[in-house]
Amino acid sequence: MSQTKDPKRESNPTPSRGFSRRGFIHGVGVTGAVAPGLLQDAASAQTPAAVMGPGAVPITLTINGKAVKLNVEPRLTLLDALRNNLDLTGAKRVCDRGTCGACTILLDGKVAYACSLLAIDVQGRKITTIEGFALEGGKPHPVVQAFVDHDAQQCGYCTPGFVVAAKGFLDANPKPTLEQVNDGLGGNLCRCGTYVGVRAAVLDAASKMKGGSRG
Amino acid sequence: MADYKWPAMSTRKALGQRVSRIDGIEKSSGRAKYTSDYKRPGMLFAVPFTCPHAHARIAKIDTSAAEKMPGFKGVYLYEKPGSVVSWAHWDIGYIAAETEAQARDAALAVKVEYEVLPHVVHERDLAKAGDRVKPSGEKIEGDVDAAFKQAAAVSEGLYEIPTLNHCCLEPHGCVVQFDGTKAEFNPSTQAVTAIQGDLARQLEIPAANVHVHQDHIGGGFGSKFQSDRWGIAAAQLSKMNGGRPVKVYLERNLEQFIAGCRPSAYAKIKIAGAKDGSITAWESASWASGGLTGGGSPPIPYVYTKIPNLRQTHQAVSLNTAPIRAWRAPNHQQASYLTCAAIDDLADKLGLDPLDVFIKNAGITARPETYVRQLRKAAEKAEWKKLWHKRGDSGSSHIKRGLGIGVCTWGGAGHASTARINIHADGSVEVELGSQDLGTGTRTVIAQVAAETLGLPVNAIKVKIGDTNFPSSGTSGGSTTVGGVSSSTRKGTVDALGKLFEEVAESLGAPADQLEARDGKIQVKGNPAKSLTWKAACQKLGVKTITVTGQNEPRAAAREGLNTGGVGGAQIADVSVDVETGIVKINKLVIIQDVGLVVNPKLAESQTLGAGIMSICGALMEERIMDGVTGRPLNAEMEFYKLAGIKDIGNIVCEIEVDEANDSRGVIGIGEPVAVGGIAAIANAVTNAIGKRVPSVPLTPDRVLNTLEGRA
Repeated sequence: MSQTKDPKRESNPTPSRGFSRRGFIHGVGVTGAVAPGLLQDAASAQTPAAVMGPGAVPITLTINGKAVKLNVEPRLTLLDALRNNLDLTGAKRVCDRGTCGACTILLDGKVAYACSLLAIDVQGRKITTIEGFALEGGKPHPVVQAFVDHDAQQCGYCTPGFVVAAKGFLDANPKPTLEQVNDGLGGNLCRCGTYVGVRAAVLDAASKMKGGSRG
Repeated sequence: MADYKWPAMSTRKALGQRVSRIDGIEKSSGRAKYTSDYKRPGMLFAVPFTCPHAHARIAKIDTSAAEKMPGFKGVYLYEKPGSVVSWAHWDIGYIAAETEAQARDAALAVKVEYEVLPHVVHERDLAKAGDRVKPSGEKIEGDVDAAFKQAAAVSEGLYEIPTLNHCCLEPHGCVVQFDGTKAEFNPSTQAVTAIQGDLARQLEIPAANVHVHQDHIGGGFGSKFQSDRWGIAAAQLSKMNGGRPVKVYLERNLEQFIAGCRPSAYAKIKIAGAKDGSITAWESASWASGGLTGGGSPPIPYVYTKIPNLRQTHQAVSLNTAPIRAWRAPNHQQASYLTCAAIDDLADKLGLDPLDVFIKNAGITARPETYVRQLRKAAEKAEWKKLWHKRGDSGSSHIKRGLGIGVCTWGGAGHASTARINIHADGSVEVELGSQDLGTGTRTVIAQVAAETLGLPVNAIKVKIGDTNFPSSGTSGGSTTVGGVSSSTRKGTVDALGKLFEEVAESLGAPADQLEARDGKIQVKGNPAKSLTWKAACQKLGVKTITVTGQNEPRAAAREGLNTGGVGGAQIADVSVDVETGIVKINKLVIIQDVGLVVNPKLAESQTLGAGIMSICGALMEERIMDGVTGRPLNAEMEFYKLAGIKDIGNIVCEIEVDEANDSRGVIGIGEPVAVGGIAAIANAVTNAIGKRVPSVPLTPDRVLNTLEGRA
């Protein structure tokens, strides 16, 4: 999360007027009701982190199994680093704030939104983009093939995000029910309305992968 | 003259088959490059700076601080001191910089001073819109007053359907290179051919100096036909930088603010009927806004057009909001909702089953048989007889279930299109058109048509679209693409095959007109023993390539029988409403649609199911909400501008009618009609469930609860 990068902002956590989520947390104190992620933020906010930037800094990312060296401003999102700096454009920029899932990637094998991660924050993590598995060995991944077979795509702009989300979901839930598919893919939005195909594709891919994804 | 007619249904090998889209792997694997994915050597980024006020006069524009920012590479201004801006987020100018972040920083450093002027951004209450309201048409037929007097029942209601945003997932924008003489243009567009002339006009260069290329587009829905101000600005910024490529794509909030919306529609409707359910009179006072210029006039009464006694007025409201753009079946969702809701309310007043009333009045539609058939089919699939009840689910549970009907109509005849067919001596076949694939599967249907004509497998056809080096083809709007490109491809391939027959006639010992292409062979009709493989036949071309063009001309199309227009369509929704929370859930949405000859049922069903989902969004979630105080939209970002997710859609069931009678009409587009009736069906189903009309869509929980509690 980006809050730790700007210790100055912490010196005045409560706006003079109005109301903010952070001000609220300060006001009520840290309680058991606060989500664990917020607890971490609140704790780390008290120790100023090493300041980086605002100019470009050298970083190394592990993308699709390869170490990639980059020089980026600390504010650059992983998504923009992938798209603008590395030409890995399977992940799309649509909402740019963690709502639509078009930028879905796998972070240490788990589904994540690249628009909501800073590139400098994911050093040392295993980043998998759609380019890393979709056509591995020259053959479509079973999820990719299932999306084609069930026409789970129209304009296709959300599709790579769905495919990555489906792979991440199936890796964790190899034999899902339809209800689990609906829950598992609920973080991705499609404007053309391809969800009927997506449901069929994910269930079909699950049966074809026989409980074991590859890649 | 060659016989271009579609082959008989029973003999088809490629047409009508459930072929998977031929660019499917490319898209699903993330390899498909949209123009927003382009990264060119030396590419700059452009970012707009916009006006925060809904109505203001510019006093001063100061770009001096921006020009000193790191990476700054130029500013292009659309406005100057004294200019009046008429909606919030009007683009004042664009800044180019080396990186996107630098361009954003520099745009933020531009200082513009405004004299703020009064604005109006709401049209719901006409009294508050004052002189922004202008009469925009009236119509009187028959004797309305007498008909109301004689009616068995009269229903009166106010119905409202708001403005919503296109919300294309790929935002509007382009990559453009312009050196002052020639332009290389890579827009996200529904109009590869037409946008060439549009850009050329605005840059004041010959159209031949503009090259357009686009492989894929990430959603358009009617909003991506022009070069747009951002495209022109990017081109001018490119010119300022000696022709370096410039990339401009709107960020999500601007995409929602200024790059496309659908007009609203409001109507007070009084409708009367006889005891047998016949609609006898209609009186409506409707109004709508499409932004500053008014605009938006829903064609009501919709489908049931021939009501004998009519009195209608319509008013257009000018607002300080961004302009409308065509929206998948312009004005039809609105008209369908207004009309079908009023008919549903009349049925209730008459104490009749609305299904009977919709069917009973089919005689006052343009397609009586079609609507009767489709309504009956939809009712069967929705289990209407078993599940329908009189208004208000009488069960004791807080979950109330209901059913409702919506209908649609559309044209959908093919646009002007030219296809170039190349048959090479090595047997390879190319079909080239300056068309585009909106996600409907245009490439795939072209390949199917060519494969059908040439007797080849679909994967033997190389389809090349999205480039102005290919012959001109119409814009993809109004469901006109499939009819246009299938007809031009058919005519081109028939003629190209005729030339190939002439080349091989001698070696097969039969006249050219006695040959046919079947199963990868050229053979003497009815005598497969006398044949050449496709490859062997093409080898006879030697050093030649057969190059032929085929054209679809809309005026001649109906006579040729390859494509026509004019369809019906019926939808029935089955919903559950939680009367404690106001939450509406879709159990089932049934869509019955005729579209003439169906080139690819798999793709047609995808569009239909998608349109059903879009209807669910429009019925339950989508609405552009304007802030009266600031005059700005409040819910531009996608966490507030709600679209349905995979959990929200229930079970969607569709039938695209495939039979000889429909097939004989030729190809008709499907994109628009299927996106029309769902909103009305869902709204009527909610009314049936809870026993009261929620007058405004989307049917959000607060609106449902307000209606249940009797709050307006």
